[in-house]
Amino acid sequence: MDLELTSVRKAYGKVVALDGVTLRARANETVAVVGPSGCGKSTLLELVCRLTEPDAGTIRAPKAALMPQRDGLLPWLSALDNAGLALRASGVSKRDARAAAHEHFEAFGLTGFERARPGELSGGMRQRVAFLRTLLAGRPVLCLDEPFGALDALTRSQMQRWLADALLQEPRTVLLVTHDVEEAALLADRIVLLSPRPGRVVETIEVDLPRPRARTDLAIVELRERALAAIEQRELA
Amino acid sequence: MAAALLVLLALAGWEALVRAEVVDPLLLPAPTDVAQALWTDRAILSEDLLVTTGEVVLGLAAALALGALLGFAMHLSGPVRRTLRPLVIGSQAIPIPVIAPLFILVLGFGLAPKVLMVALVCFFPVTINLYDGLRDVDPDAQKLLRSLDASRWRRLALLEAPSALPATFTGVKIAAAVAVIGAVFAEWAGSDRGLGHTLLIANGQLETARAFAATVLLFALAIALYGLFALLERRVVGWTPRTAPRGGQ
Repeated sequence: MDLELTSVRKAYGKVVALDGVTLRARANETVAVVGPSGCGKSTLLELVCRLTEPDAGTIRAPKAALMPQRDGLLPWLSALDNAGLALRASGVSKRDARAAAHEHFEAFGLTGFERARPGELSGGMRQRVAFLRTLLAGRPVLCLDEPFGALDALTRSQMQRWLADALLQEPRTVLLVTHDVEEAALLADRIVLLSPRPGRVVETIEVDLPRPRARTDLAIVELRERALAAIEQRELA
Repeated sequence: MAAALLVLLALAGWEALVRAEVVDPLLLPAPTDVAQALWTDRAILSEDLLVTTGEVVLGLAAALALGALLGFAMHLSGPVRRTLRPLVIGSQAIPIPVIAPLFILVLGFGLAPKVLMVALVCFFPVTINLYDGLRDVDPDAQKLLRSLDASRWRRLALLEAPSALPATFTGVKIAAAVAVIGAVFAEWAGSDRGLGHTLLIANGQLETARAFAATVLLFALAIALYGLFALLERRVVGWTPRTAPRGGQ
């Protein structure tokens, strides 16, 4: 089932976060939403996850799982229990949730850190635990809110490659919110550029490039420049 | 080390002042006199300590139960919150020395009024800290659980209750430190045993050294209770970083 937002508007009091946003993601597509800070990107994800209702417009979306901007890991839970949190929330027993999470620990490069609390994990590991938790929610749509925003440049590029691989293994419909145009170009099938508040769709760019992609690919570099130019033009106007 | 040195220095200064007869030993006994009283009156004092400790521990237990009940109820239900909050806050405006004799009148000279007084003094910090802790949840984690369609009960069990633990322990430690006050006031209002009772009698008889000895034991009791809960806290909420209080990176 496709994900479809049509002319969606959302305001908080007098502040209009999103205005007339239309976007679409086919099943197992990755759509990146790119825009300056404060353009209502997080609001968009909250709408898709049904955490809040739009003031106008319609949203048709299968059930979505949210990965919040700061990983949202619970500091008192081990990596294993954090990864299994989505299962616990839907009523699965602690034992079964742990077992289900543990099956993925090797593939996620988390072996040996099952009992570590978030405070003892590196930034990249925390994001992997958070992503595993999101994946285990078993929802067809994943809403990722700047998943790598807090990481250093090196870890970030590793994690981008890792995420691309993980999505090849377990295809999902992904809404990826980011302010990094290059990240969008590397990961997405389509890039939606939002204007500063109120967020409106400035341009939609189809990324019809083969995977795996590298940041040094000429097509990626061109795409990045094109998207940046579109945003800058908008900001000057 | 430095703290111990400071205490020793203060004690030495105090001893010197009394020995030099700058102050009347009837008003301020020398530390050695207090130590002497601790030893010679050890039979009465140890029995008193046991009695008061019993009152304080039972009262604290009652305060924890009541505080947990009120904190959760106020968190979960709007009507309960609106009804109880003013009463809970108002309860702290009750002057303890005035209410204590009333408790004795109604409940007699037994254990019950003492436990009730301690509970009255102690339930407030437990209730309020628990209640605030339950509300002060990481908004991202709250969003996450709501997006997962977690039921009200699961949100409470998986997220709100554990994240309220550090604040609750703060409340419990405050309660442990002030619990002794409730017990002493209740004993003053009507009792024939306990450290508060002995303190009152010794004062009347100008046995200042014994009064001070009883006070030293009250000190020790408060510190021991506080230390016990601090120890428990470190075991239970070991995840909280010691340097950054909360939300630290």
